[in-house]
Amino acid sequence: MTSQSKIEVAALRKCFGDLEVLKDINLSVEPGGVVALIGPSGSGKSTLLRCINLLVVPDGGRVRVGGDSFAFGTGTRLPGVKELARFRANTGMVFQHFNLFPHMSVLANVMEGPLTVRGLPKAKAEPLARSLLAKVGLADKADAYPNKLSGGQKQRVAIARALAMEPEVMLFDEATSALDPELVGEVLAVMRALAKEGMTMVIVTHEIAFAREVADRVIFMRDGVVVEEGPAQQVIDAPREAATRAFLSHFHKRGEAPAATA
Amino acid sequence: MYHWDFGLVWTYRWLLLDGLGVTVGFTIAIVVLGLVMGLAAALAKLSAFRPLAWLASAYVEVFRCTPLLVQLVWFYYAMPILTGIEMSALTAGILALSLYGGSFYAEIIRGGIVSIDRGQTEAGEALGMLPAQIMRRVVLPQALKRMVPPLMNQSIIQFKNTSLVSVLAVPDLLYQGQVAAHDSYRPLELYTVIAIIYFLALFPLTLLVRRGEARLATTD
Repeated sequence: MTSQSKIEVAALRKCFGDLEVLKDINLSVEPGGVVALIGPSGSGKSTLLRCINLLVVPDGGRVRVGGDSFAFGTGTRLPGVKELARFRANTGMVFQHFNLFPHMSVLANVMEGPLTVRGLPKAKAEPLARSLLAKVGLADKADAYPNKLSGGQKQRVAIARALAMEPEVMLFDEATSALDPELVGEVLAVMRALAKEGMTMVIVTHEIAFAREVADRVIFMRDGVVVEEGPAQQVIDAPREAATRAFLSHFHKRGEAPAATA
Repeated sequence: MYHWDFGLVWTYRWLLLDGLGVTVGFTIAIVVLGLVMGLAAALAKLSAFRPLAWLASAYVEVFRCTPLLVQLVWFYYAMPILTGIEMSALTAGILALSLYGGSFYAEIIRGGIVSIDRGQTEAGEALGMLPAQIMRRVVLPQALKRMVPPLMNQSIIQFKNTSLVSVLAVPDLLYQGQVAAHDSYRPLELYTVIAIIYFLALFPLTLLVRRGEARLATTD
């Protein structure tokens, strides 16, 4: 392999009907790198994230995560369900609305991937799940059901559930946007700890202060294109493009607390 | 004023009990087979493979939109002439009622499945689960909870629909009641008693459905 990057996206295109939501996107993330995707809603950042684990199947370009790679566009064969599933098992994803399985206990939620997808015996899946719950600070909630948890707790369970697949990369799709402001901090703390451990992460976020602190690089998107990209502090503190400046002017940049913005 | 004489009905108790047994057994058979049909048709209707979805839709609409009595008669009298496949009245009755029930079950099951938030499927996909695994472990268990009250309701209707097989001389409760009525010249008493038996069999079931609905409302 020529590239050492963990994630590579090349010439990615995606249309929803007539609307071109991603136009020739290129992106690469080093192992252990943390990239934050920022931009106004409708800029395509969530779609880009969903293309990385093929929850959204691109119309053109190439996506590689670790050693797994798919090309899209005319002349290429769409991956089958089994290939898609194997590819996705290698990436963890955390959703804005948690999407925990409400009919399963917290422990069963975290064990679901290892049991069903990786085929681990319960005797191995359970200690794994319990250790991950401990890691996100929810060891005591193992037997609770999701509807008894706060939003912040739900999201931490969702992170543990994704980690249980022992993925090579973690994708966060506005993981704190649906949370009450006082619950944002506990989720960001878990994400910060993951980044410190060297997890490769792509984060779609509106938490600009958090992006500046935790991400190595920030990518600002608008209308399906990358407008500006660079080291996090440079893009956020001294953006080169007018569009980036205009977008960032809506946020408090250096507040240490993730103030309730926008 | 009509002079009621229910004493006579008692002499037909074993005949009616026999009929009730046939009705209950028949209902169990058509509910189970109907649910299998309904689940298969619902999944087929949701399939991305268009011809399959179209076929399932055609099945559902044909059986939903034609009278059950016509279907029964058709399976018993018309099918042997057209296809050469002969079947007993019991088989024809089970086939028609299962297919008829299945078409309604299919819509209930499909509705239950599509009512589950798309995010649940996405969460399963993101974990690397296969579509069949997501359906079985994530979507169906949640959808089932929502489907149970309408499925029970449809099954109650199916219980009563079994009375139509009496036209094919299947010895169900209504048929035996008719036999007794002819025999005793006491149709008013017998049809009244038969109605009461149907009611006593079904009313507890409706209470069960209502309790299920109440529990569903509290846990959701």
